Amino acid sequence: MSTAARAGRLSTLQAAFVMARRDFVAVLFSRSFFFFLLGPLFMLTVLALAGGVGKQVRQNTERPQLGVAMSVADTDAVVKAHGVLAAQIGPAMPQLVVVRRLAPGEQFDPLSEIKSNKANLAAILTGTPEKPTLTGPQERIGDWQGRVALIAAQAAGKGPDSFPDVALSGIATSKADQSQSRMATAQIGQTVLFMLMMILAGMVLSNLVEEKGNKIIEVLAAAIPMDAVFLGKLFAMLAISLVGITVWGLFGGAIWLGSGNSLTDYPAPAVGWPMFFGLGVLYFALGYLVIGSIFLAIGSMATTVREVQTLSMPVTMLQLLNFFFASFAIAQPGTWIETAAIIVPFSSPFTMLAKAAQDDALWVHGAAIAWQLVWVALLVRMGASLFKTRVMQSGSGGREKRRWWQRKGPAPA
Amino acid sequence: MHGNADVPSVRPLAIEARGLVKRFDGFTAVDGVDLTVPEGAIYGILGPNGAGKTTTLRMLLGIIDPDEGVRRILGTDRPHEVAHTIGYLPEERGLYPSMKAYEAIAFLGALRGLPLAEGRKRGKELLEEHGLGYAIDRQIRQLSKGMAQQVQLLGTLVHEPKLVVFDEPFSGLDALNQGKLERMMRGLAARGTTVIFSTHVIAHAERLCDEVAIIAGGKVPFAGPVDVARDRIRPQVRLETRAQDGPWRGALPQDVRREGSHWYFSLPESGIEPLLRALIEGEAGILSLSIERAGLHDAFVAIAGEAAARALEEDKDEARR
Repeated sequence: MSTAARAGRLSTLQAAFVMARRDFVAVLFSRSFFFFLLGPLFMLTVLALAGGVGKQVRQNTERPQLGVAMSVADTDAVVKAHGVLAAQIGPAMPQLVVVRRLAPGEQFDPLSEIKSNKANLAAILTGTPEKPTLTGPQERIGDWQGRVALIAAQAAGKGPDSFPDVALSGIATSKADQSQSRMATAQIGQTVLFMLMMILAGMVLSNLVEEKGNKIIEVLAAAIPMDAVFLGKLFAMLAISLVGITVWGLFGGAIWLGSGNSLTDYPAPAVGWPMFFGLGVLYFALGYLVIGSIFLAIGSMATTVREVQTLSMPVTMLQLLNFFFASFAIAQPGTWIETAAIIVPFSSPFTMLAKAAQDDALWVHGAAIAWQLVWVALLVRMGASLFKTRVMQSGSGGREKRRWWQRKGPAPA
Repeated sequence: MHGNADVPSVRPLAIEARGLVKRFDGFTAVDGVDLTVPEGAIYGILGPNGAGKTTTLRMLLGIIDPDEGVRRILGTDRPHEVAHTIGYLPEERGLYPSMKAYEAIAFLGALRGLPLAEGRKRGKELLEEHGLGYAIDRQIRQLSKGMAQQVQLLGTLVHEPKLVVFDEPFSGLDALNQGKLERMMRGLAARGTTVIFSTHVIAHAERLCDEVAIIAGGKVPFAGPVDVARDRIRPQVRLETRAQDGPWRGALPQDVRREGSHWYFSLPESGIEPLLRALIEGEAGILSLSIERAGLHDAFVAIAGEAAARALEEDKDEARR
């Protein structure tokens, strides 16, 4: 046998790398990775369903409003006409808010009012019922033109055969439209994050159970510290997911761009696309490490797949609750609910990614990442400790009592 | 420790354990085990099933930590610090089924700090050397149980450890491979490697070991050289006489038993001469007489049995209190 290279002592990180490398290669060339890559298909289905629910939430919580700024008499007439028509047509009629009742000769600039972002205004109706002007984003005013003509005709006391021409004054994007788009981005981001984390946590768990079934866990436990096994498994799956994300990004991006789309066609998230994607990866990693360490600790207590399912079910349900909590919190910006969702480590990644879509402040992300890192360190430590104790039913002694500062010393040859 | 007190070892110790205790859910699996294994020795841990052999080995290797007691392996009380110099073959063999044979060996080496490329190279060489060259590129799941066991054995040795621990290494191997493994263990010891293995088949230990520890009920009633263990019980006498009865019968020891035409008993403390005189004078008609030194198996049964009786007495005393 060759003696060119001798075995050398591995540090915990080196041992974790050996473990991670094995798991990474094994999973990468396994059938489960193929299904993992297909995961987005399932995810898109869930997304479509969640999108339907989300749309309803958006319509309820943040319906775009039509503002009116006319003379006192005209405003009253428009409000009255809107009331009559809303009673007949129902929710199809845009919600109306009085922006200002203008004094005679008073000038009003609808464009600056919309851009001021003070309210959830999608468009503003000015002029008179006979000669109305609708100012707002092109898409929105085009959509509302007919309904506004109906309101104006009703306000002007004209019959259904005679509708005034509605002059359209288009602008780029209103606060309401931007807010809606960002809400959609936030929801998509949250759902993708949640699905990815659950798929991965499940994979890391089944990987561990398989290992216990193969009886290799004892070989690992004899050779390297259990902390290293724990860390290796956790980070191997993180690396696998990053490969998955890269593959999806490249293929999905190519298809999407090939179809003539561009990110510039869509309202950017508040922090901008590059930062949003960067934060997305970071929050995903942090969220996965939190949930993955809990799942691994659970896996250490189980010996069969059935036991794993039984033990992991409450955690999965709890995580689902966290996801719903975070989804609910994004519709409650600035409230204690949002703050709570940011503080709770399990919902924090979801909430913060949604916040990145809605709010351009970056310092909150710095603070949230630091906070989540503390929890990751804590939970990984606790998970590894439980893993070590449970996976081989270990005790706590075995060495002469030494303080931590006495533990450093040269390794024997 | 009993045996080592009788025959002190001059070699440095590869393993030293004092008062190891391990409990599982209130059950004491190992109850104050003391062991000393000299470097370069072939050391056997003998015991019946459930005696605490595997738990003891797991504690020595740092797989589990003892609840009480101290262990030192190759000079450290932290076994993982010297993991690169240890090889371990557990009782329940386990490899990744999707790995190729040489990769499995390389992976086991990598866990012990051997660079992966070197491990792959050595893995192929070892498989060739041991007549398993045709299995180099086969996945573990494609190998028979015995072959997979051999692959794991080679993986245990690929990093050239100073200490090798085998837990029930002969179970699952056919007679041919058992012989091969015995030769391999002797070869390791000849190169200065300390070999420690557990078994409940005494014959292997008797053939291989310099020293043994007998474990029963989580305790070690004996640890020391094999010869000392055998000397724990008196040599056995087998006597065949023409006469069935006579005044000479009174000269036979109390533990005598008759099987067929033979009498069996332990050699009396006074020696064989007074008995011989009585047999001749009483005209017993000696047809054959042999004195055999006790085998390790007899010693094991006697020692493990004594320990069990002692444990029973201790339990009774505790119940009375």
